[in-house]
Amino acid sequence: MDSLQSLADGFAIALTWQNLGLALIGCFLGTIIGALPGLGPSNGVAILIPLAFSLGLPATPALILLTSVYYGAMYGGRISSILLNIPGDEPALMTTLDGYPMARKGQAGEALAISGIASFVGAFFATWGLVFLAPQLVKVALLFGPAEYFALFTLAFATLGGIASRNQAKAAFAAALGLAIAMIGVDGQTGVPRFTFGEVHFYDGIDFLVAIVGLFALSEVFIFLEHGGKGDAKGETKVKLGRITPPASMLRETSGSMARGTLLGFIAGVLPGAGASLGSFIAYSFEKRLKDRNGTFGKGDPRGVAAPEAGNNAAAGGALVPMLALGVPGSGTTAVLLAMLLALNITPGPLLFQNNPDVVWGLIAALFIGNFMLLAMNIPMVGLFVRLLLIPPRYLMPAVAMISFVGIYGISGSTFDLMVMIAFGVGGWVLRKLDVPLVPVIMGVLLGDQMEKNLRRALTISDGDISTLFASPLSIGLWTLAIVGFILPLIVGRYFRPKLADTAKNEPNIGD
Amino acid sequence: MKQISDRFFGIVGLAVSALMVWRASLIQESFIQDPLGPKAFPVVIAAIMALASIAIILRPDEEPDWPVPGKLVEIGASMIVLIAYAQFLPEAGFVISTALAGAYLAWRLGSRPLEACVAGVVISIGIYLVFKKTLGLSLAGGPLDFVIDYPVDLMVSGIAAAYHSLTGSGGQ
Repeated sequence: MDSLQSLADGFAIALTWQNLGLALIGCFLGTIIGALPGLGPSNGVAILIPLAFSLGLPATPALILLTSVYYGAMYGGRISSILLNIPGDEPALMTTLDGYPMARKGQAGEALAISGIASFVGAFFATWGLVFLAPQLVKVALLFGPAEYFALFTLAFATLGGIASRNQAKAAFAAALGLAIAMIGVDGQTGVPRFTFGEVHFYDGIDFLVAIVGLFALSEVFIFLEHGGKGDAKGETKVKLGRITPPASMLRETSGSMARGTLLGFIAGVLPGAGASLGSFIAYSFEKRLKDRNGTFGKGDPRGVAAPEAGNNAAAGGALVPMLALGVPGSGTTAVLLAMLLALNITPGPLLFQNNPDVVWGLIAALFIGNFMLLAMNIPMVGLFVRLLLIPPRYLMPAVAMISFVGIYGISGSTFDLMVMIAFGVGGWVLRKLDVPLVPVIMGVLLGDQMEKNLRRALTISDGDISTLFASPLSIGLWTLAIVGFILPLIVGRYFRPKLADTAKNEPNIGD
Repeated sequence: MKQISDRFFGIVGLAVSALMVWRASLIQESFIQDPLGPKAFPVVIAAIMALASIAIILRPDEEPDWPVPGKLVEIGASMIVLIAYAQFLPEAGFVISTALAGAYLAWRLGSRPLEACVAGVVISIGIYLVFKKTLGLSLAGGPLDFVIDYPVDLMVSGIAAAYHSLTGSGGQ
């Protein structure tokens, strides 16, 4: 009941004109960002962070704006999946499998409506999950000392690789690279400069916003340049919209798929490092295995649209649980959101619920409100977004590049930061060509400092005794999970990954 | 020999981790000290990176589709344009540099030259109007700003005056 009381307080915070307005803008922008091929939730949120930051928004409104974008992008991704057979963002990939065939059968409107409702169901119940699960996780988190946190960070990195990438070694490399970048700058504990190569600009370390915008947004521009303005996916066919209300029979038929998709997606979201792509993938493949008796999946079965959409939206909500309660993001986009919180000098984790309950509960309340806004935008007003899909990338991508520059320049006004951002953009392009996942890099840059701090704190407390890292049952459990999480995909991956790789061909390895 | 990209990548990774160990050994110890010190964690990270690099060298993936050399030049040229953009931004101001860089990118992404110029100008002025005039973000100032500022300010003050006269007369 505590949670409900806090939630009511949260609604009092969220129901101001400013916050409602920001939620509306965020949902609208998010749906556009999700719908446009080439822009997904992580690079969309990354572009908007510097904006929220330099507008001087306080923490709650800024977080409301950006999570609305996040939720909105999860809704919007399905639009281009269904109409153009191009996933608007990575989690919407599974929606193309049945969504596009439905559209070709003349059921585009129904597909959009069903997937919109499925998105709503997934996001709505996942937000309830967040309400009840996050405070429970906080209670566990209070048992965490420095040694346990260090083990938890290791767990996040270990499990991230197994799912995010096809090659475990490359995921490990990416994490190490990110952690190494985080080392640059003056060491917080002893005040000595590290890896600065005598460059004064590096003394402050590398701003993670610069790294994020460079890696996510600019590298996308380079990918488009490489393909002469076509991006990774091809093939456009015009499809008629048709009716945009689903028949009741279709709703009844898909309700079970939505429920299962929501549950699986939420669990996938809560697990550190997995995220929405896995959520929609699991939801779709489970549904297919369970229900595909007549071989209709892949040929335009509405259940094949409902399950992955419920799954990816539920995962988006689930991924917020570890981000808020433990300060360990569950996906690429929540890592970006974490970056923004850190930039606003708010440290997520158990203390966030004690010290800034207004931020947490205001955000959760705003998510509920945003969900209803998104439902309204995505069913009756879907035609508007369909029209926006017609903006060709040759105009869109230059605008994305220029907005990235504006955002970073607006924060620091420093040419040096812009140069670092370009370096990250080119580096991100090379890493993506080599199939090295970018999400572990970002996580490393973000969490490196915390990870080292907790390790050194633990060893200071134990006066240098290494065994303190494995002293409590909790940390032993986390280490075990980390080891299992790293090794298991190496074994199971032989069965699981070929399929994921098969469907994820042509995918920018960017996470969600 | 196939899969050369990954092997080369792994060798670069090994070099980077060696560089890290070397630079870490040069870190000066401070008089403030904790049991672990500032060197140990970077060395552990470098070790992980080296192990991952070795694994990549031993079991490389298939060769990625590298773009043809012409496209590499394309990307290099865009990179140079963006670097030049960053360098000239403080001097030339936001509006001019953004219009030029935006037009270049639009052109390289497949617009016809005239379209690209229009796109650059529209992007630049659009961002300027939204970010500076509406949201109040500080962008690099430049000599041409007044060309946009003047009509916008005129329009805003015009609307404000109209609004005040309307509400004023309405109140009486």
